Amino acid sequence: MTPFTSLNSVAVPLLRDNVDTDAIIPSREMKSTGRTGLADGLFAPWRYLDAVARVPDPAFPLNQPEAQGAQILLGGANFGCGSSREHAVWALAEYGIRCVIAESFAPIFRGNCIRNGILPVTLDRAAIDGLGWQKLVVDLTTQTVTADGKSHAFTIEEEPRQMLLEGLDAIALTLKSLPEIDAWTQADRARRPWIYAGKAA
Amino acid sequence: MTQRPKTLFEKIWDAHHVAQTAGGAHLIAIDRVFLHERTGASALKSLAASGRPVRDPARVFAVMDHIVDTRIGRGDDTLMPGGSAFITETRAAAQAAGITLFDVNDPDQGITHVISPELGIVLPGATLVAPDSHTCTQGALGAFAWGIGSSEAEHAMATGVLRLDRPKTMRVTFNGTLASAVTPKDMALHLLATYGAGGGAGHVVEFAGEAVTALDIEGRMTLCNMATEFSAMTAIIAPDAKTYAYLAGRRHAPASFDASYWSKLTTDDGATFDREIVIDAATIAPMVSWGTSPEHSMAVTGSVPKGPDRAHAYIGLEAGQTLLGTPIDAAFIGSCTNARLSDLRRAADLLRGRHIAPTMRKALVVPGSSAVKRAAEAEGLDKVFTAAGFEWRASGCSLCFYAGGESFPEGSRTISSTNRNFEGRQGPGIRTHIASPETVAASAIAGAIADPRELAR
Repeated sequence: MTPFTSLNSVAVPLLRDNVDTDAIIPSREMKSTGRTGLADGLFAPWRYLDAVARVPDPAFPLNQPEAQGAQILLGGANFGCGSSREHAVWALAEYGIRCVIAESFAPIFRGNCIRNGILPVTLDRAAIDGLGWQKLVVDLTTQTVTADGKSHAFTIEEEPRQMLLEGLDAIALTLKSLPEIDAWTQADRARRPWIYAGKAA
Repeated sequence: MTQRPKTLFEKIWDAHHVAQTAGGAHLIAIDRVFLHERTGASALKSLAASGRPVRDPARVFAVMDHIVDTRIGRGDDTLMPGGSAFITETRAAAQAAGITLFDVNDPDQGITHVISPELGIVLPGATLVAPDSHTCTQGALGAFAWGIGSSEAEHAMATGVLRLDRPKTMRVTFNGTLASAVTPKDMALHLLATYGAGGGAGHVVEFAGEAVTALDIEGRMTLCNMATEFSAMTAIIAPDAKTYAYLAGRRHAPASFDASYWSKLTTDDGATFDREIVIDAATIAPMVSWGTSPEHSMAVTGSVPKGPDRAHAYIGLEAGQTLLGTPIDAAFIGSCTNARLSDLRRAADLLRGRHIAPTMRKALVVPGSSAVKRAAEAEGLDKVFTAAGFEWRASGCSLCFYAGGESFPEGSRTISSTNRNFEGRQGPGIRTHIASPETVAASAIAGAIADPRELAR
């Protein structure tokens, strides 16, 4: 996973509440079992006037000339709600988005961001409203979003912060605790044998 | 010495706590992983590519539900272009990993959250994860069960644990009793309409109160199913005698439930939650969604409230309009929310001896599992549906979402027993109203949004 320390980019406003993962990547755009080839389908229902012919809608924020190369997306409340599809985050990452700043996030989407090196930042709506089309500096070491000399502090739990800063592979990290996990499981087999005694076991 | 009172969730959390991480997160043991072909294949393939084995394949299950063809006599071909690759790749990956697979035409095939309880795979007090947001459904059995991404599914399979920050807790208490013809779906939509689609904000929500304990297990699943629409991490309901009676004899369930362990799976008196919501169940009416978020829901007899302009424009309804009598073109009874045997029975009760309106362009019933299908056929429910003008299908997720294959007629307004009325969820431009199976049946008969209480009289 690519580490995230700080980012310097224009912020593209998509200030709608309840942006769902069906809008971020519709099911019909999930064409293979892999994790790539998804950027083209990102926001397909909104980004294109004709999603089949891929005719861009010039009014959609990501299609504005100022959005070229943007790595920060702004959202409203409950961003990423709906389906758990990690494809939504893979599509954003492949498109080039490294940070989403929103009033709040749906929990599965937020977890998927952290596992894929995208920083989810929660700020209040008044702050977000002032960030649209601004050049921002998002700094995870200082936990600040700065625009035009004005800084907004944000909070994030320590573990996801470390994972993002160091670009850690969560599975590799957890596998270091395997002896503890094995010991726990062995004791648990005696405590709750029914968990391990399914038909398939 | 008395222990500090604990919530049911805290008890399950503590019983699965393996270790705390340097970063302050927790390693929580995962008892069951459930995959489906839409998101599971990528998790299995990615795991295999990394050279990491599945730690305990006996506790990992997979099913084909999301994009399988639901037409009778199906095989691996899908109506979704390119969809059969998801099926064949999931099958190959599941076989290579040695996990239990419920294949396309397996007698146990069905929607993940229907078959997991049906087969006794989810258990009270257990942890279960699936790369599917509606995994919260299974909290109805008293499990800590929640939806995750594919990477987390891979993590759970490779390590047997997940790294979690401790979630906040909420209790939603439904006091009193539901009025007649008001269902768990209406409870969920009422909660969403009142507190918003972000109201659950990552909490573990325990549903409690008289109106919840009065529900049968299938009804509890419907209520818990929509916790993800509330943006909760998941939902849970304390297991009781009904839960253990439901699970008795299920294939993967224990032969017996020893009261000394199982009876402790309740929230202690005096335990505290981070947030509490109390709702008087008697005030809930049959509900239907009017807009493009499940929070855009209202009593079927009410008038459309003012919402976001975008939602009004998409759905083609203005604030102040009544919903009753709004013409619909299509009806769908199915999904992990409302396609269990009791759902089909209640819809069939209203359809028996009646026919859908001639203006209806499509009407489908898709049983939640192959077992539900067989049981419904044994009772003759399939005949009731087909006589009424519905198509009777094989089990799967079907048109709960549009995957690029089968769709509703262009431009149609549908009434659907599903969980999401997002823009384009059931197809580009399709306008979805979500409601209980009863409301779907009554509306299909009328050819317009209708109050099921009128028909029940």
